Amino acid sequence: MPNLGIEVLFKGSNMARLLGGLWVSLRISLIAVGFSIGLGIPLGIVMTSKSPVIKVITRLYLEVVRIMPQMVLLFLVFFGTTRAFGWNLNAEVASVIVFSFWGCAEMADLVRGAFISIPKHQYESAKALGMNSFLVFSVIILPQTLRRLLPLSINLVTRMIKTTSLVMMIGVVEVLKVGQQIIEANRTSSPNAAFGVYGTVLLLYFIGCWPISMLSKYLEKKWNKS
Amino acid sequence: MSVNKKEEIIRVDHITKRYDENSVLEDFSLSVYEGEVVVIVGPSGCGKSTILRIMNGLEPIQKGEVTYRGEKVDGKLGSITRIREKVGMVFQSYELFPHKTILQNVMLSPVLVQKRDRKEVREEALQLLARVGLLEKKDNYPRQLSGGQKQRVAIVRALAMHPEVLLFDEVTAALDPEMVREVLDVLLSLAKEGKTMVIVTHEMSFAKAIADRVIFLDGGHLEEEGTATEFFEHPKTERAKQFLNTFTYAKVEREE
Ligand SMILES: Nc1ncnc2c1ncn2[C@@H]1O[C@H](COP(=O)(O)OP(=O)(O)O)[C@@H](O)[C@H]1O
Ligand SMILES: [Mg+2]
Repeated sequence: MPNLGIEVLFKGSNMARLLGGLWVSLRISLIAVGFSIGLGIPLGIVMTSKSPVIKVITRLYLEVVRIMPQMVLLFLVFFGTTRAFGWNLNAEVASVIVFSFWGCAEMADLVRGAFISIPKHQYESAKALGMNSFLVFSVIILPQTLRRLLPLSINLVTRMIKTTSLVMMIGVVEVLKVGQQIIEANRTSSPNAAFGVYGTVLLLYFIGCWPISMLSKYLEKKWNKS
Repeated sequence: MSVNKKEEIIRVDHITKRYDENSVLEDFSLSVYEGEVVVIVGPSGCGKSTILRIMNGLEPIQKGEVTYRGEKVDGKLGSITRIREKVGMVFQSYELFPHKTILQNVMLSPVLVQKRDRKEVREEALQLLARVGLLEKKDNYPRQLSGGQKQRVAIVRALAMHPEVLLFDEVTAALDPEMVREVLDVLLSLAKEGKTMVIVTHEMSFAKAIADRVIFLDGGHLEEEGTATEFFEHPKTERAKQFLNTFTYAKVEREE
């Protein structure tokens, strides 16, 4: 049996530290996901507007977010603002800002897509039944939009959680960074720790993302009966 | 007609409808009287759907006026929802709400818009569904139904609002031939009850059976108007004759 270096995890408080790191990752992503949903849904509704000005501005925002690697955004917000504006942003705050900036754009685009995919006839049938715009929107259009949105936004959320591993580049001690520290500290006593530690990190990400996927599968199934 | 003149319910008064530069209806007028069944026929693209949509305030018009019992029909006015409660419409593509069950589809507007008692609405919805033979589908979702069944539900959904007029836009055009009958039978039974209806259809034998009055439209103009017998047996205009001819086939004479 090869030495997988798993024993390192049981030394001292290593496992607890790793879990603490996972919590940092999840905390950043969940706060960012909260902002992305909270701001992305209204923004997505705004993006369905036919106004060319709104279209150009939101399009530009989306393109910038998509073209810029998240790492560059992180550096820009964390190091750049310190230099340019003299702000001394906490690394975690900077991470939340960057991930919200990114998530909000992606979320808004998903919302926009879901809204415009609802056929025009759904609006008209509802109107023909005497519903006012508020009822048409809240009872007919929004519920259908949310159903279409669910699998796509779950995908985005898990993508955001996974991408938080980048935040260690600006010094946030999250799960991957903790893992590295553990491996470094035990270089001599357990030279094979890398496999065990990174494997565990992988497992922790899985445990973090899997319930979310399951929840979405469950909701999809439940709604698909309809 | 003049002795016991029925009340005018919908009046379309010299309207003009354009999409951008394209004129669809020019100076078009039509009145619908209580209890009558008006059938609109005409070649595809002549503006039949547009007329129905305008009657329901779903399309803006450029000139003229549409009124329902003397009240202006305009999609931008707040009064439109009240008018739409009274002017039911069923579309060609049976658009039920996919996230609601059949019963919910039918009950939604009477409860939310008309604020009627839920129990009473439910009773009536079930009766209506039974009438079109779909009671056992009440808890199904639209996608579990065939096209003909969905269209019958759409009719029931409109009826549950207690409309005074019903507008039907080619309600069988998207159906497989064997389902046409089940839907048209529902319309025939409504006509028997004396419901006021405006029907756009390509089913000529059905039109002949149900119409009190036939309107033949061509290129956005009213080309001809008459009773069902007048129009189908003795069309006056050349265009109407040509149009009716497109529905008959001459026996093929085989060459020896
Ligand atoms: N939203 C639209 N934009 C532009 N043109 C339209 C639109 N809807 C209908 N039209 C045009 O108006 C004309 C009448 O359409 P319609 O009332 O649907 O005809 P019908 O129902 O008699 O087949 C057609 O020439 C059609 O191309
Ligand atoms: Mg049409």
